[in-house]
Amino acid sequence: MNSNSVFTETKKERQLKELAFLSILYFCVTVAIVTLMTLIFDVISTGYSRLFNDYELGLISKVTIDNPRDFLTSLDSRDPLKAGIGPAFAGTVWLMIIVIFATFPLGAGAAIYLQEFAPKNKLTRFIELNLTNLAGVPSVIYGLMGLAVFVRLAGFGRSVLSGGLTLTLLILPVVIVASREALKAVPDTIRQGALALGSTKFQAIFRQVVPSAIPGMVTGMVLGLSRAIGETAPLIFMGALTYVNYYPDTPLSGFTAIPIQVYNWIGYPQAEWKDTSSAGIILLLGLLLSMNALALIIRNKFEKDW
Amino acid sequence: MKTELTTKKELDHVFTVRDVSVSYGDFTAVKNVSMDMFKNNITAFIGPSGCGKSTLIRSFNRMNDLIPNAAVNGEINYQGINLYDEEVDPVQVRRRIGMVFQKPNPFPKSIRENITFGLKVNNMTDNLDDRVEKALTQAALWDEVKNDLDKNALDLSGGQQQRLCIARTIAVEPDTILMDEPCSALDPVATKKIEDLMQILVKDFSILIVTHNMQQASRVSNYCAFFTTKATDDGRRTGELVEYSDTKTMFTNPSESLTEEYISGRFG
Repeated sequence: MNSNSVFTETKKERQLKELAFLSILYFCVTVAIVTLMTLIFDVISTGYSRLFNDYELGLISKVTIDNPRDFLTSLDSRDPLKAGIGPAFAGTVWLMIIVIFATFPLGAGAAIYLQEFAPKNKLTRFIELNLTNLAGVPSVIYGLMGLAVFVRLAGFGRSVLSGGLTLTLLILPVVIVASREALKAVPDTIRQGALALGSTKFQAIFRQVVPSAIPGMVTGMVLGLSRAIGETAPLIFMGALTYVNYYPDTPLSGFTAIPIQVYNWIGYPQAEWKDTSSAGIILLLGLLLSMNALALIIRNKFEKDW
Repeated sequence: MKTELTTKKELDHVFTVRDVSVSYGDFTAVKNVSMDMFKNNITAFIGPSGCGKSTLIRSFNRMNDLIPNAAVNGEINYQGINLYDEEVDPVQVRRRIGMVFQKPNPFPKSIRENITFGLKVNNMTDNLDDRVEKALTQAALWDEVKNDLDKNALDLSGGQQQRLCIARTIAVEPDTILMDEPCSALDPVATKKIEDLMQILVKDFSILIVTHNMQQASRVSNYCAFFTTKATDDGRRTGELVEYSDTKTMFTNPSESLTEEYISGRFG
């Protein structure tokens, strides 16, 4: 053994170990990606034909088509080729609007209070701890609460308003936590700089800190919203309808939403329903992915290097 | 506005500090400071890290109020008013006594909005454009930014950002400017610009500067206070004022041996 071996003998062994470890990591990533891709491919290949009324591909091409209706705008039907997602799509849009208008003021307000004004005492810590816990509560529980509070107590009935408010409660903890993170990311030097110019605490927070945190808060909001529109269980629990053949026209209308509609269709026995359900899933996936992309774009565009 | 610099007695006092101690909870950061500071002069605070010079300067415009358990004992009189009197509004104190921080902290907005924010919260909204131009000119930044006032302030260089912070501070027309190590994040060229600027600003403002850099203190200041830390009985360190005199005396003929050791580089 020459005197240089101390520099050489460990290299091979370490490279092997690193390779083994990296392989495990690659495997983990592959499992996640392949699963997602398989799901997306499966859904698109079955739902494509119904979504775009293009029956050259997919299962339905083998069935006699008797004047199929446009999927996106038609009402629900007992016939899978005539069933459209119109009312459910409209219901989801109604829900989104209600959730946005209810969540943003409540979520931003709570976050601003907790992050900027709340005294650092046991009560505040207790509230913070429970917010984090609330974010982990099963969504069905929120459905129960929506049924008790909005449907019965407040007398909103099984309406799109009750549904929207239930989803608002569901995502509030997540939105509050994300908004607080956005506020926390604004450096203290900004608060001090504003105060040193003779601004009041309110002016410093509402004219400097909050505007700087808005992109982060909006990102959290969009992610919360995308969770809300994918939820099924709480809406079913609080009494969303499954067969809706009209468009909801007021906040107190009965409604259904895309995930509920899909859940309902997929329970029917005829094979053609699979295509129709898949078309609904594509629409929902498209909505979710574009909202997540929007969140990413907002985050990247406004990301600051303090 | 100008005062003839003859003897200490004839100068107008800005701050009259008597037996001031600042503590955080049960920890005393700096204690028993008594000193007078003079109008239209640059007073420098020097000393090793942890000697409480930043803590002290932050109690001069009540920025320490923001730290929940900070307490100031003693008297800090500003133009004859005790800043810690019950009736004194800290917001007005900070408006009269501006502050420039260690790290440039422009707001993540346009250059113009950085200046107008202070003007708006202080209801100085007449002639906004003139005030913006005046402040930037006073801070020796106007020529560099006059064509892109709507550019984001974070795109400026560090030295420009710091001059912008000085500009927004003087825009609200304070009497005094506190500077907490304003050049410690800047390179020598940017530092020189700030130092030159201070020599111009001192004609209109009284300036207090905290610095780690003894050469900087000797270059820019008229008066100089040297702080150091002393171990207390419980083993923690508390800052104390060792010597306060005009800068020339301090750097040529200090009366305390500790000061001499520090400025000659044998300690600190």
